[in-house]
Amino acid sequence: MARMKFLCDADRCIECNACVTACKNEHDVPWGINRRRVVTINDGKPGERSVSMACMHCTDAPCAAVCPVNCFYTTADGVVLHSKDLCIGCGYCFYACPFGAPQYPRVGNFGSRGKMDKCTYCAGGPEADLTPAEYGSRDNGQFTGYGSNRLAEGKLPICAEMCSTKSLLAGDGEIIAKIFQERVVRRGYSSGAWGWQTAYRENIES
Amino acid sequence: MPTSASLRVFIAALLLGLAALFAVSPGKAQQPTQVNPTAQSVKEKELLKELQRIQGRGTLPDTRTRVLEQPEGRAWRQFHQVTLRWIGAVAILGMLGLIVLFYLIRGSVRIEGGPSQARLVRFNAFERFVHWMTAASFVVLAISGLNITFGKELLTPLIGPAGFAEWSQWAKYAHNYLSFPFTLGVVLIFLMWIAWNLPTPSDFKWVAQGGGIVGSKHPPAGRFNAGQKAIYWIVVLGGGAVAVTGYLLMLPFYATDIAGMQLAQMVHGVVGLVFIAIMLAHIYIGTIGMQGAFQAMGGGEVDVNWARQHHSLWLEKQAKKGRVRGAAPAE
Repeated sequence: MARMKFLCDADRCIECNACVTACKNEHDVPWGINRRRVVTINDGKPGERSVSMACMHCTDAPCAAVCPVNCFYTTADGVVLHSKDLCIGCGYCFYACPFGAPQYPRVGNFGSRGKMDKCTYCAGGPEADLTPAEYGSRDNGQFTGYGSNRLAEGKLPICAEMCSTKSLLAGDGEIIAKIFQERVVRRGYSSGAWGWQTAYRENIES
Repeated sequence: MPTSASLRVFIAALLLGLAALFAVSPGKAQQPTQVNPTAQSVKEKELLKELQRIQGRGTLPDTRTRVLEQPEGRAWRQFHQVTLRWIGAVAILGMLGLIVLFYLIRGSVRIEGGPSQARLVRFNAFERFVHWMTAASFVVLAISGLNITFGKELLTPLIGPAGFAEWSQWAKYAHNYLSFPFTLGVVLIFLMWIAWNLPTPSDFKWVAQGGGIVGSKHPPAGRFNAGQKAIYWIVVLGGGAVAVTGYLLMLPFYATDIAGMQLAQMVHGVVGLVFIAIMLAHIYIGTIGMQGAFQAMGGGEVDVNWARQHHSLWLEKQAKKGRVRGAAPAE
């Protein structure tokens, strides 16, 4: 089985935010929830870099470790998913997540957290693949499901698929690492495989 | 014009020679400098070495999204999964062990001379209401709080993942809502008993004599002895700390950022667990640990012999005011 990963080549990212928009559109993500975002470091200064970031689907995921109700699980493809039936919206995964991936709709009392939502690697949730229950409904401001399941259709995550500069790569970790390394060798520079050391304990810069 | 022709040849040779000279050494400098886009660019590895968090600018209104990477989430995970559990297990099981040991060695503290007929009011109805409101909230908060830290290992095998998630959801609601009566109780406790809980010289004697718990003598004490004053300040300061950090957690990111939220959870967890351990001792000494103590907060009246034994200075004042009812104290 492939071990699915994301890799953002920041030397190619042009901060167009199309990945963010495509993600929101694909999964019909409600207002205020951002499964993916683009952050610009040293904005306006020489050498600024933009990085598209979402859940990195960590090896030994910290969110899963701290969850008080064990709502997380890792698929055979190495994708970290969770069950909204089990989630109690305590927010602990956000404190442990190195990438700020967990999102909470403000449906609880005092504007507090509803059930957590995060990037699914376009792989849905624990419900049966490609069912309406898995996609979920948007009634009453609730966000019951997980959005579309492109992986079950044999497709890669929409954010990486439509990235115009192919900055954002998704797929088997070994393959995308090789693509990145070849790019770095050819052009002779790199600002790093952002998040890989933290998420996968891997350093693929060379 | 042979001269001019030879001159032209000479000049041409000279120029060629010069051109050749330049071509050898600074030829590279004449080409445009190679563009190196990473000469000034940020690199993740260097940023992570310098910073705890990598932050930047984003286009989303939510400022939390501007934190790109915070690897210290790992430190928080270690604290939450390992350190906090050890603190809780040692504090609570250690306290339970001490209580059992103490009960086996010392037994229940009896009223010297047995109960008499004379009684006096120790806590009025309002004081008892505030105490029990705080206590009842505390018990639910403690159980639902322990559930967050220890529940998934202890309860999931018993009731299954779905049952445990359902129970935890209700426990979270209870934890959120009962924080209000608890906080109100802590504030009222602070205000209504502060007058009797400031340190006095008799407290030092009381502590020096082991409070009569360890030894057989009963040192004089006012309405509250040094041990009770300690409980009072633990409730006021510890309760205040869990209330403040609890509301920070309940209203996430209103007042602080991710580092502040992690710190709030750490303070909330440690203070909460130590608080639970100390309250176990408080519950023990107020019930089976001491004869006559529960009546003080139960019905509000205590036996005169009990008061003389544990709060002699307070009894003297109350007796002078004629607040002792029933048979005259056996002198």
